Amino acid sequence: MEDWSIKELSSLLREKKTSSVEITTDYLQHIKKKNPEINAFITVDENRSLAQAKLADQLIQKGEGDVLTGVPIAQKDIFCAEDWLTTCGSKMLYNFVAPYDATVVKKFNEVGAVNLGKTNMDEFAMGSSNETSYFGGVKNPWDLTRVPGGSSGGSAAAIAARMCPGATATDTGGSIRQPASLCGLTGLKPTYGLVSRYGMIAFASSLDQAGPMAKSSEDCAMMMNVMAGFDPKDSTSIDHKKEDYIKNIDQPIEGLKIGLPKEYFAEGLDSNVAKVIESAIDQYKKLGAIIVDVSLPNTNLSIPVYYVLAPAEASSNLSRYDGMRYGHRTSQYDDLIDMYCKTRQEGFGEEVKRRILIGTYVLSAGYYDAYYLKAQQIRHLISEDFKKAFQSCDVIMGPTAPSTAFKANEKTDDPVTMYLQDIYTIATNLAGLPGMSIPAGFVNKLPVGIQIIGNYFDEARMLNVAHQFQKVTDWHKAIPEGALS
Amino acid sequence: MSITHDEIKKIALLARIKITEEEADATLKKLSGILNLIEDMKKVDTTNISPMFHAQSVTQRLRDDVVTEINQREKLQKIAPEVSDGLYIVPQVIE
Repeated sequence: MEDWSIKELSSLLREKKTSSVEITTDYLQHIKKKNPEINAFITVDENRSLAQAKLADQLIQKGEGDVLTGVPIAQKDIFCAEDWLTTCGSKMLYNFVAPYDATVVKKFNEVGAVNLGKTNMDEFAMGSSNETSYFGGVKNPWDLTRVPGGSSGGSAAAIAARMCPGATATDTGGSIRQPASLCGLTGLKPTYGLVSRYGMIAFASSLDQAGPMAKSSEDCAMMMNVMAGFDPKDSTSIDHKKEDYIKNIDQPIEGLKIGLPKEYFAEGLDSNVAKVIESAIDQYKKLGAIIVDVSLPNTNLSIPVYYVLAPAEASSNLSRYDGMRYGHRTSQYDDLIDMYCKTRQEGFGEEVKRRILIGTYVLSAGYYDAYYLKAQQIRHLISEDFKKAFQSCDVIMGPTAPSTAFKANEKTDDPVTMYLQDIYTIATNLAGLPGMSIPAGFVNKLPVGIQIIGNYFDEARMLNVAHQFQKVTDWHKAIPEGALS
Repeated sequence: MSITHDEIKKIALLARIKITEEEADATLKKLSGILNLIEDMKKVDTTNISPMFHAQSVTQRLRDDVVTEINQREKLQKIAPEVSDGLYIVPQVIE
């Protein structure tokens, strides 16, 4: 298997040095070889993918098509894709063949990209290790005894094992950035409202945001050019002017002000991870960046706030799974209520049930003010912290996750220790800010990501800042042993 | 903040999730851990702080009341657990 970037594939296709059918076939063969071990894909449909590849080749032959025409991209199984099984990692949707395309999927189809398959994920995107998937956990290609992170762990593992050059992902509390960090990839969670949520199965609607995951910032920028954009079908989509995320990616970053929040380097951060982040910051200094100390004093509150808001929204969103019109329905029941209760008992996994119960509890009579309202007030404080910090810097940097990839089953018994994985990523979702993770080094042969947090709609600058780092470092080019064979 | 076995069962019914006695006990332990984590919020004085319900302060868009969707009954019912004569079949609710 060749280690192609999206950018390389795009040029090869346009110069007619290869065809989409040829590339797609190569990836499908590699998936056949690697996936039984990694479990990164839930659904692969060779005929469908190859049919798209053929159409792409015809477009290219005619001299038509777009930058990504013919490039195979994997889709996280949270995105509805017409006539594709779309499970969201849940038994509840084990048989759900989507009757329509999510806007993100539609946009990739419209530019002639090839859907390479649907990637595994934590059930309904609830998890940081991919272990809550009904279709089994995903293995981290860097160390098969470890998790790839979550919830977009299937997308991350698929790219890391070179089963695809890029994949879509979603991030509600860190689900793009943490797996990108744990698998040595580049991932971007855009500003809330920049990428459409239409057809993206809802978890916590005020926090959910889709973004690209790939090996480099350039590749993520190419995917962003397809994904971003106003969508009237998403009521919280923002009518932001269309940007070209590639255009300024090569600009020098001399004079860039990088804010380092002291709370992101406090207790709880693995000391070896801290060293990697510090040396990455040194690299940025060499590129001409200026380091500024900032403070995000309410960082520790972001976890309690998130575990009120996200379950509350989830309990409401997931009430639609009732076994009536699609998905799993229990086989034995006494009456309507019994059918609902058994269908949901059987269809949802432990973590999803736990979060629905927490959400139902915090929203139940008498508790609304103490939990939901209080959390929304603290969310305001967290957002104000960022506003203040951005007065003295252009981007904020710190670790993406407190540690490298952990062992499978290590944190499954205690949900709270699992939740702490997202301590550095959750606050940006609460504030609606864009966040990114790029490879910054290794600890004991496991990848470490540095997080770049930008101001609202500053994705182009973040991708530029990431690209400048990747021009002078090789961390993002590292390949897990055996991934190409 | 502590939560009782009976409360768990009540919430589970509200959430329409069947739960056994043993499951309720196991859930009780894990939920208590999460609720303790949430309790940290109590320490913060939020007097006069407005709640932030959304990341972007935008207002709900309105659209013209025109038909945009076509009838896809057959296609949408193809994935239903039980359908008869174009209707979804559910347990009897009215005697």
